[in-house]
Amino acid sequence: MTDWRSPAGLALALFMLGLLGLLARKNLVFVLMSVEIMLNAAGLLFIAAGMRWSTPDGQIMFIAVLNLAGAELAIGLALLLRLRGRLTTLDGDAAILLRDSS
Amino acid sequence: MIAYLWMVPALPLLGAVVLGLCGGALPARVNAVIGAGSVGLAAFVSLCICAGWLAHPPPGQIFVEPLWSWITLPGFSSAFSLYLDPISLLMMLIISVIGFFIHLFSTEYMQGEAGYSRYFAYLNLFVACMLLLVLASDLLVMFVGWEGVGVCSYLLVGFWFAEAKNGEAAQKSFIVTRIADIAMLAGLLLLALQCGTLDIRAILANAAASWPSGTWMPALACGLLLAGGLGKSAQVPLQTWLPDAMAGPTPVSALIHAATMVTAGVYLVVRLHALFALAPGVLEAIAIGAAVTLLLAAFAGLVQSDIKRVLAYSTMGQIGYMFLALGVGAWGAAMFHLLTHAVFKALLFLSAGAISMRLHHEQNIFAMGGLWRKMPAAFAAFAVGAVCLAAIPVVDCGFFSKEFLLGAVWARSPFLWGIGIAGAFLTGVYIFRAFFTVFFGPRKAEMSGGYGARILLPLAALGALALTIGWLQAPEFLGGANLFSAFLSPAIGAAPQTPPPMFVPLSGMAAPLAGVALAYHLHANGFWRRQGATAPGALRQILQRGFGFDAAYRLLLVQPFLLTVNALRHDPVDQAFQLLERAAVALHKNLRRVQNGKLRRYAGWMMAGSLATFLLLVFA
Repeated sequence: MTDWRSPAGLALALFMLGLLGLLARKNLVFVLMSVEIMLNAAGLLFIAAGMRWSTPDGQIMFIAVLNLAGAELAIGLALLLRLRGRLTTLDGDAAILLRDSS
Repeated sequence: MIAYLWMVPALPLLGAVVLGLCGGALPARVNAVIGAGSVGLAAFVSLCICAGWLAHPPPGQIFVEPLWSWITLPGFSSAFSLYLDPISLLMMLIISVIGFFIHLFSTEYMQGEAGYSRYFAYLNLFVACMLLLVLASDLLVMFVGWEGVGVCSYLLVGFWFAEAKNGEAAQKSFIVTRIADIAMLAGLLLLALQCGTLDIRAILANAAASWPSGTWMPALACGLLLAGGLGKSAQVPLQTWLPDAMAGPTPVSALIHAATMVTAGVYLVVRLHALFALAPGVLEAIAIGAAVTLLLAAFAGLVQSDIKRVLAYSTMGQIGYMFLALGVGAWGAAMFHLLTHAVFKALLFLSAGAISMRLHHEQNIFAMGGLWRKMPAAFAAFAVGAVCLAAIPVVDCGFFSKEFLLGAVWARSPFLWGIGIAGAFLTGVYIFRAFFTVFFGPRKAEMSGGYGARILLPLAALGALALTIGWLQAPEFLGGANLFSAFLSPAIGAAPQTPPPMFVPLSGMAAPLAGVALAYHLHANGFWRRQGATAPGALRQILQRGFGFDAAYRLLLVQPFLLTVNALRHDPVDQAFQLLERAAVALHKNLRRVQNGKLRRYAGWMMAGSLATFLLLVFA
């Protein structure tokens, strides 16, 4: 039986990378990509958990997460298109129309 | 005729309603006819009732006209009915007849004033309330009239409301009497709780049967009712409103603040005399308070320069005499003085009004002078009134009533009698001081206009009454007629028939004469004129302000009240809750800064939050 710790460690590393990208990147496309990486890290963690307890549930959850990521990406990209049409930029820091104005 | 008793208060009430609703749309002439006519009709009905009464008195000298039942509760009921006995008959006659003359006077006096119809509406309403007060068979109904006259007094004192000081005087009279009325209301509630009814006859029967004389229950009830009466009748210590109430039109002062409303306290005590007789302590307090009042009023009257204020203090003093008689249990003497006082004081006020209306409403006696040749009618009327007020022997009604009254006081307490004599002396001084200053000496003021019949007729009628009604009750050495006490005796019992020793009536005659002589002497050597010309010294200022009661009340009651009001104005309890609100707002202002719209910042916070939760779950 393969050790479950290395995929779990990989998942943690991937999540941290995604988080870093989310916090550091201004371009919203890259932000979306970072979110995808974080989702994949979560999926990988499910698989690692499936390994740990020798059940297929983790893999089933991974497929569900993939579906979710796809759906989310579709909506996210649509939002990005609208945002670009409105602000003529993909800079996340420029999209602050909902801030407290005072 | 007696069955039409309800018309007596109803007619002025109808007049008030008509004038109040559509008086402004009617011409002044119609207003005057309605205003004076309604009271005139009421006076006519009262006179007919009185004639019928004298010819065929009803059984027991009591007539009750039930109108309707007002309140019926388990344990308490109150009926709205009119009650006529010799006391209320007398009061009804005084109010309606003198009221009619004053209305008649007003129709000319107030000619051309703004608010002519309003004036008559208020005045009619006053007469209606006053008649209800004296005719009520139930103390609760009486209280309605009692409050009604208070409201009308307020409205009429503040009749010229455009001037702020008139409004303040009106408020003062209203508030002071209202404070007294709260005590009275408490007394009524006490009686209602104890007796289950406020019907006057039932209360008196109940009181005599169930409360022994001198116990605390009748004393408490009488004390509370008396407080109401003292406020209404401007007696120490609730007298401060009366001199200020002179801000109203002069006929109003004549009707409300001299002849009728201010004597309501006397009427209340006489009406409940059987109850008060059970509280000897209260009667003693009445007598002492009255002695203080009449001396205070006489001293204050000595230095006033406003003719109406002189008369106001004299009213206070004469009502003090009535209360003095009540204090010694001489109910009949008090009622007789009430009757004569109503006549001659109305006469004095009306003649003072007649004088000042021709002097451009000048009321300062030192600005008048030498008027006797120019205004013979006002001069004669004022002279008759002043003679009555000073109680100059034999010729006038004031002498007879004061003689009767002081004789009764002598029988009970020579000390109080001595105060009464001193008051009579001072009364003679101050009223003749005003008399000589106004009518003699050099002429100072410009006159205008003249008098019509509607001014002269009331003056003549009241003057004739003032000179004659005294003979209803003459002392022993002047024929000893006792028509008046015989008339009242079914209601209040016969007056004691022990004539006082000769020096009592003799000093009663000498004191006012000495007072007039002193006033004349001081007039002749110019003392009064110098007094008017110089600035008042400390003593005179104190007297002029009625012994500083106003200042004391301002310091002891008004200022603390205002301080409390100011402290409570910003609601200290609410302040604590506002602290919470302010904290929430401050927090909100700080927290809203994190809502900066930056996606990455939000994500960072979310992550930090998740991490914190995670650490909490793992390590805690």
